[in-house]
Amino acid sequence: MIPDIVPIDTYMKILTVPQSQIRIMFRSCPKKLPGKLILAHYVWAFLSSCQESGPACNESAPWKLTKGEETVKELLSGNEAIARGAYEYGVRLASAYPGTPSTEILEYIGERYPEIVAGWAPNEKVAVEVAAGASYGGSRALAAMKHVGLNVAADPFMTLSYTGVNGGFVIVVCDDPAMHSSQNEQDTRNYAKFGKVPCLEPSDSQEAKDFIGESLRISEDFDTPVIFRSSTRISHSMSLVELGERKEGPRELGLKKDAVKYVMLPAMARRKHPIVEERLRNLATFAETFPFNRVIMGDDSIGVITSGVAFQYAREAMPNASFLKLGMVWPLPEKMVRDFASRVKRLIVIEELDPFLEEAIRLMGIKVEGKNLTGLCGELSPEQVEIILTGKSSAKSIGGIDLELPMRPPNMCPGCPHRATFTALKKNKVYVAGDIGCYTLGALPPLGMLDNCLCMGAGIGISSGLARSLGESAKGKAVAVIGDSTFFHSGMTPLLELAYNGGHATVVIVDNRITAMTGAQHHPGTGFTLREEPTIAVDMEKLCASFGLRRVRTVNPYKIRELEKVVKEELEAPEPSVIISRAPCALLKSGRILPDKPLRIKQDVCTGCKTCINTGCPALEFVKIDVPEPGKKRKGYSRINAALCVGCGTCFEVCKFDAIEEAS
Amino acid sequence: MSQDRVYNVLIVGVGGQGIILASDVLGRVAARHGYDVKKNEIHGMAQRGGSVSSHVRFGKIVSSPIIKMGEADVLLSFEQIETLRYFPFLSENGQVIVNNQKILPPAVFTGQQEYPPDVLERIMQKAPKTIVVDGPSVAKNIGNPKVLNVIFLGVLSKFLDIPSEIYEQTLRETLKPKLVDINIRAFNEGRSMGPA
Repeated sequence: MIPDIVPIDTYMKILTVPQSQIRIMFRSCPKKLPGKLILAHYVWAFLSSCQESGPACNESAPWKLTKGEETVKELLSGNEAIARGAYEYGVRLASAYPGTPSTEILEYIGERYPEIVAGWAPNEKVAVEVAAGASYGGSRALAAMKHVGLNVAADPFMTLSYTGVNGGFVIVVCDDPAMHSSQNEQDTRNYAKFGKVPCLEPSDSQEAKDFIGESLRISEDFDTPVIFRSSTRISHSMSLVELGERKEGPRELGLKKDAVKYVMLPAMARRKHPIVEERLRNLATFAETFPFNRVIMGDDSIGVITSGVAFQYAREAMPNASFLKLGMVWPLPEKMVRDFASRVKRLIVIEELDPFLEEAIRLMGIKVEGKNLTGLCGELSPEQVEIILTGKSSAKSIGGIDLELPMRPPNMCPGCPHRATFTALKKNKVYVAGDIGCYTLGALPPLGMLDNCLCMGAGIGISSGLARSLGESAKGKAVAVIGDSTFFHSGMTPLLELAYNGGHATVVIVDNRITAMTGAQHHPGTGFTLREEPTIAVDMEKLCASFGLRRVRTVNPYKIRELEKVVKEELEAPEPSVIISRAPCALLKSGRILPDKPLRIKQDVCTGCKTCINTGCPALEFVKIDVPEPGKKRKGYSRINAALCVGCGTCFEVCKFDAIEEAS
Repeated sequence: MSQDRVYNVLIVGVGGQGIILASDVLGRVAARHGYDVKKNEIHGMAQRGGSVSSHVRFGKIVSSPIIKMGEADVLLSFEQIETLRYFPFLSENGQVIVNNQKILPPAVFTGQQEYPPDVLERIMQKAPKTIVVDGPSVAKNIGNPKVLNVIFLGVLSKFLDIPSEIYEQTLRETLKPKLVDINIRAFNEGRSMGPA
């Protein structure tokens, strides 16, 4: 069964098979074969697997493990695979600030891989700097963040490109096309081009793990930080991954002085810029032979250039088309692109968000289609890609059912302290410069309390600018609302500005003792680290006072009437003030102050005024009355869902008719 | 179920119903059975109360982690109107399994909108083979409302060609030891409710 002559195309394909799969083939190969026979064996394994599975070069099927084999394959999410990659490829330090869809990467590292020094950083800039320190000292290092996190970290990132690295340094950035939980849909690949560094993009969890290794190797070989771009659909999708052992990085650890390399004074930086440009040219040459940039020739009527999850959609839609599948999306392998373009009749780029590949290819003078078909906004879907490539959808849908469906917008949980804070603020008719966290949901009806939300930490600066530019006309109205984690992320410097330059803005720090929006991660105010080890807890009151602020007050948000009074007093104050509205997140088990005893509404006392309903608590329902009651004007009454109510008392505090009581 | 095709299961419902766990278990079950597996889920920003959908795909080779509209073989829905929200994902011969439960969305419990009437009837009209299970009462009989998801995993299992032992093994590995027995009971209870 061993073929005598191996066609050159097949050889080429074998050379682009990921190492991990070749290893599996080797393991299935009888031992003690001479070298040539081993090669022949896996050529044979490859060919026979191609016959079984139809389209060649499909990485998931041909080497599928059978039961009882040694190799372990696990179903991992992209983020789990990235964490696993960090472990296997010898990362010694990892740092991150939580942000969907990237959060779980550091959580998994913290939970599963004690070999890696890991901890939350207050923000992404610090995370990149901490990881840079580890890299300068020879350790392999990883920093992880969501796409907008790289904006925060852009300063160190741009000049890290000049200093280069010592130990391999990968910056994992997770984009969020369609903005499932983000404020914009910027395309991180542009940062790679901007910073003149390579960018790798995986298509599934196996590649996610492998590409961490590749990123670290490229980082060391080319003396550059590497951007690893994931997306929501990669980070939060699961697929099978072959696990391996941990190997330490190659660099010697220690403090070595090398000012010319690491001190970016103008004179040194001027010498570095040409080196960065040359590095980019070398990387482009490397991209031509990088095994994860690969051509899969099929039908030549359509050639698709693609990467990431878009590759999966395209391959599913047209398994027999020709593909140039890019694992490294910057810089591009120009020869490979030219050669591929010359072999197909129609060239289409399938990519999400910006025409990043398309424009680079067009600049090569190659005729290419892309954004005219896929559009610039949102994420792609398999049906959309199928229609683009084949002109129709092969799926036969049962069709929709024509009914107007009420939406399920995200909502603050029952007992959420933010609901209490907003309910208290509502009375004072303020203008709220918001921020990013669970409390951003306060913008939605029925609360409708946020008037703007720009980016992490922006609210305090905006309220300061509004208060000072508008003067008397904004007096008593300019309020900033910011969470504890966001305050430590990027709220401290704008608060310092406010204290320094003055004005009458009032800052409400809604301190729920955790980074809640991303699923309860610790921060410097909680007293615990990523691995739940006890550590310092920032004293927020002292911190604010140390800025020179004279008016810093702490309140319990559930005492709504008291909070209302405090807000009124601080709004009237002619100087900046801070109100710390402190109660732990309703989902937290530690430090819990909620009674967890449901309240009840006296049905006959309730007037149906809906004041409690307008707090937006999911545990409250409005029951309509169809038949008018004798002597009563009400159109319905409120009811508490005892299964959801945690007894926070917000509804009790706002009820003017004493209709709410503890359930007996 | 043919050897070469990809099987698509779309699990939908409301945050907090255990959808992610059910799909995790299903994914592991399929992998253990020797299938290639891909799985994706989108959950709303709030930890609870949002619309949740999880795509589980398995077969010899799976490329896309998300199901194409019109391609789902099974729509397993934990809530009545969520079934409707994702209905176009179902293929014309697809199977609906629906939990006979209504969870009121905010616009409904605040009295601004009505919960659509006759949801189950409308589903049955379009998909007559639909299986309706009164999940909460079955779960109550078993003794823990949280086993709802595993009951439905049991119902679903009757439509897939994977032996029940693999589910049991996977449940044992995935769950905390003290929850294993009750969940295996829930699984078997659900499985007994699927087609013979």
